Amino acid sequence: MPQNSILQVSNLTKTYKSGESSLTVLRNVSFEVNRGASCAIVGPSGSGKTTLLGLCAGLDNPSEGSVMLNGIVLDKLSEDEKAKVRNQHVGFIFQNFNLLPTLTALENVMIPLELQNRSHPRKRAMELLEKVGLGDRVKHYPAQLSGGEQQRVSIARAFANEPAILFADEPTGNLDGETGATIESLILELNKTAGTTLIMVTHDLDLAKRTDRVITMKNGKVYTDSLRPLQTQ
Amino acid sequence: MNISWLFKMALRDSRTNKGRLLLFMSSIVLGIGALVAINSFGENLRNQIENEAKELLGADLEVSSRTPINDKVRARFDSLNFETSEEISFASMAYFPKNGGTRLVNVRALESGFPFYGTIETNPVNGADGIANSNKALADQTLMLQFDALPGDSVKIGKVSFDIAARVIKVPGRSAITTTVAPPVFIPFKSMEATGLLQLGSRMNYKIYAKYPDNFDPKKFDTFLKPWLETTDLDFDDVGQRKESIGDAYSNLTGFLNLTAFVALILGCVGVAGSVSIYIKEKVKSVAVLRCLGATGKQAMAIYLIQVVIMGFIGSVIGAALGAGIQFLLPGLFSDFLPVTVGVSLSYSSIIQGILLGVIAALLFALPPLLRIRKVSPLKAIRASFESETTAKSPYFVYFLILIFILSFSWIQLDNLFRAAIFTAGLLIAFGVLAGVAKAIIWLVRRFFPTGSSFVLRQSLSNLYRPNNQTLILIVTIGLGTALIATLLISQELLVDKLKFSSASTDRPNMVLFDIQSNQLDSVEKLVTTSNFPVLGQVPIVTMRLESVKGRSASELRADSTSEVSDGMLNREYRVTYRDSLTDAEEIIEGKWNGKHIKGEPIYISMDEGFAERMDVTVGDELVFNVQGALMKTTLGSLRKIDFQRVTTNFLVLFPEGVLENAPKFHVILTRFKNPDESAALQSKVVAAYPNISIIDLELVLNTVDEVLGKVSFVIQFMAFFSIFTGIIVLLGSVLLSKYQRIQESVLLRTLGAQRHHIIRINLLEYLILGSLAALTGIFIALIAGWLLAWLSFDTVLTPNLLLLLIMYLAITGLTILIGLSNSRDVLRKPPLEILRRE
Ligand SMILES: Nc1ncnc2c1ncn2[C@@H]1O[C@H](COP(=O)(O)OP(=O)(O)OP(=O)(O)O)[C@@H](O)[C@H]1O
Ligand SMILES: [Mg+2]
Repeated sequence: MPQNSILQVSNLTKTYKSGESSLTVLRNVSFEVNRGASCAIVGPSGSGKTTLLGLCAGLDNPSEGSVMLNGIVLDKLSEDEKAKVRNQHVGFIFQNFNLLPTLTALENVMIPLELQNRSHPRKRAMELLEKVGLGDRVKHYPAQLSGGEQQRVSIARAFANEPAILFADEPTGNLDGETGATIESLILELNKTAGTTLIMVTHDLDLAKRTDRVITMKNGKVYTDSLRPLQTQ
Repeated sequence: MNISWLFKMALRDSRTNKGRLLLFMSSIVLGIGALVAINSFGENLRNQIENEAKELLGADLEVSSRTPINDKVRARFDSLNFETSEEISFASMAYFPKNGGTRLVNVRALESGFPFYGTIETNPVNGADGIANSNKALADQTLMLQFDALPGDSVKIGKVSFDIAARVIKVPGRSAITTTVAPPVFIPFKSMEATGLLQLGSRMNYKIYAKYPDNFDPKKFDTFLKPWLETTDLDFDDVGQRKESIGDAYSNLTGFLNLTAFVALILGCVGVAGSVSIYIKEKVKSVAVLRCLGATGKQAMAIYLIQVVIMGFIGSVIGAALGAGIQFLLPGLFSDFLPVTVGVSLSYSSIIQGILLGVIAALLFALPPLLRIRKVSPLKAIRASFESETTAKSPYFVYFLILIFILSFSWIQLDNLFRAAIFTAGLLIAFGVLAGVAKAIIWLVRRFFPTGSSFVLRQSLSNLYRPNNQTLILIVTIGLGTALIATLLISQELLVDKLKFSSASTDRPNMVLFDIQSNQLDSVEKLVTTSNFPVLGQVPIVTMRLESVKGRSASELRADSTSEVSDGMLNREYRVTYRDSLTDAEEIIEGKWNGKHIKGEPIYISMDEGFAERMDVTVGDELVFNVQGALMKTTLGSLRKIDFQRVTTNFLVLFPEGVLENAPKFHVILTRFKNPDESAALQSKVVAAYPNISIIDLELVLNTVDEVLGKVSFVIQFMAFFSIFTGIIVLLGSVLLSKYQRIQESVLLRTLGAQRHHIIRINLLEYLILGSLAALTGIFIALIAGWLLAWLSFDTVLTPNLLLLLIMYLAITGLTILIGLSNSRDVLRKPPLEILRRE
């Protein structure tokens, strides 16, 4: 059912070479994610979660295997073409927020829209910031915002271009439990209303439980892959 | 591409970086300022020379010769209805009876008429009017000042005493420097005969100045007068030629000055490259995020490129404005060297050129770090310490462009590709050596890291090589700045040393009496010895002209345009001596010197090596001299290397004994005085008894040289100032730029409990190492450059002023430490959290 699948990962292998020795971080990973689904990737530290996410989003090139994103095979694309794919179809939320420190909250949210040449980027960015509850902080620089607030700006930015798929790498990893929970809810809620597919790396099993599917990684391989974990357990 | 978005991003991003961007552009301000100032000045000078071309010559045409000018020339000029004025000029002693003062001056016996254009400026004004028809003289103002003479006093030239009508302030076409060296005294042409100096063999310079009649088209000079003059052995100059030769001389000057300004600009640009590369390093994370959000590498680069170009533009505009200001200083600075008075006016072409040059230079030097942005992997956004797998290739193309840029600019300024190439290669090598030293120190510290040493030492040493270190950039910028400044200082000293013949030692002559006739020789010698002066040498001099070289006559060679021998060499009057041995300042480097001529054999003469080279003759070649009518065939027997700094009478051409003894000749006596009073006393005694004898007081010459050099070195220092200050700004810039990186670490250390003195000492040690290494390497490079200069250009051995270099080392290292330490002030004063949050 290719129409229904937005992300197709087949036989993905990633090997890092440093001088003589080489380290295989991902081995033969394959899976598919359906449009509109939410999917958590969990696993011990060093198991290859971030690596996998980076490959899925076209931030890095696999050693073997291929990735198809929203019907586009990433392997053969140039860096610029991949950038275009990211701009049009992908959103990102990072563990350490990664807002541009020299830009205000509003300007940070405007970037994806401006890169797409959308009209009225300011208006839409304002709406998004209001949605995440920061309507009154738009002129502030990242350094003037708390971690939770920064992450909310980054969520607004991630949804700005109405991405088909959203990648998040430990979005709550740098936040305290309570703030983390609000952020989680915000992501899941926006995800649902926008109909976006969500791929999220997390250590937080409570958060993982709130997604449709959980992929567990271990030693660079998919260890378990469970749909609707609440029902299987 | 959406260009307006790129501009928007560039502006947004620069809002919070204003301070740093300001620093980065400030390093090119001085270089551009100097360039604009000098170019404007050069343009004004050119215009002024253009406007005053006729006044520079004082006539439409000037004909000159070392021998009396043939009547055919006068007849020719008469037939063309030229208005003419003749002049005989020569060196002679001026005697001021009022206080017994004497000095060698440039006597100019002038007919009325000259100058046809412009005036001889005097005090009182119009003092030159009618002088040619009176029996009064005009004397140079500084000469009169020296002997306390006033208008109305008298000056004696040869046998005639003249009343001084006025002080001469400015003579058309002469700069203040030339009159310092040979102060002029004008006397009426008709009094020449009466001075008694004409017959006595002094070296005379004969001139006819001509003014074309109104209906004469100056172009006719080229078509028919010039070809005719070329058949004579006269030198000539018309307004066009004079304009060109003066213009050339001063465009060499402005070219050289421009190059020193360019050095300041390059130094600033190296600073730009350093600042931009630090700046870009900080921006890597932002670039990675932008790329995650879908910006292409090119777009990301364009954002920062736009910032650089805008800042380069602003810097250049400020520089140009500064240059327009500096320009006001230049006419004063150079007034002594110029034959015209240069005004100050804005030259728009210079300003536009300067701004363009600044933007291009800043952009070129910023490109290597900027290009790295294209290769920033978006992966850096999710992996903080991700090192890209394929390290970005060095942008050799850009380095090549930079080289071409430097080469072509210096070529335009020096008008000589070879020298421009040497200049460029020198910069390149200096850069390479400094980068090599920086890389070597990084490697060495890593390799031999003193793991067991103190915390402070370990921290400061590891600061040298850990990621984001400034070792390379600081060593290169500080080192290059030091090298340039030290090279300037060293070459200035070389210049001064070169011209300072060592008259200071006690047994060397410091006074030369020349133009002594053979029949005066014994009595002059007696006068000298009875006045208790030593006769340190007595040299006979025979004057002669060159008749033919290697079988080709002088006139034939003059007409041959492919011949490399200059007309000056063929026309000149050779002053030749003969003796049986060499002086200790001479050394035979080719052929054999025989002090006595053997009858029946060729006459073997000896020549200065450099002179022989310019004349294109080698040992064995035949030269025929005309010794006052008698032709004398000689063979070049040997080449000598002469140390011109050693003795005061050196001869390019030397004859052996046994040839010239009976030729008409005059003599030189060398002596030594102990103090100026003695010198003055002997001079006035000799001049009173023998007015034809000229005396050179070498101490006075030295003082004059010192004075001239003082003015020259002031100009050099003025230009070096731009490099020095640019160096300081670059230093400030690169240290302050790194502040933002440093602060976090220092704060972290503070948070971990490091004390105030720990942080101070860590920074102190680090900047001590960086500053020391950079300064030492820079000085080392300057010494190599100075040694090469001494060897190739000045033909001397470099004896560097170690004290000066030590002071320089201390100053630069101290400054580096000071600026470096000022960086950690924030960390020490403010609570850690405030700083941590700022980032
Ligand atoms: N550039 C690289 N070169 C060599 N090894 C690398 C490189 N990047 C990552 N690795 C290794 O790949 C492995 C997987 O890393 P990855 O970041 O994907 O783990 P992770 O599952 O995200 O861990 P965590 O939960 O701690 O974030 C690790 O062992 C890491 O050391
Ligand atoms: Mg990870």
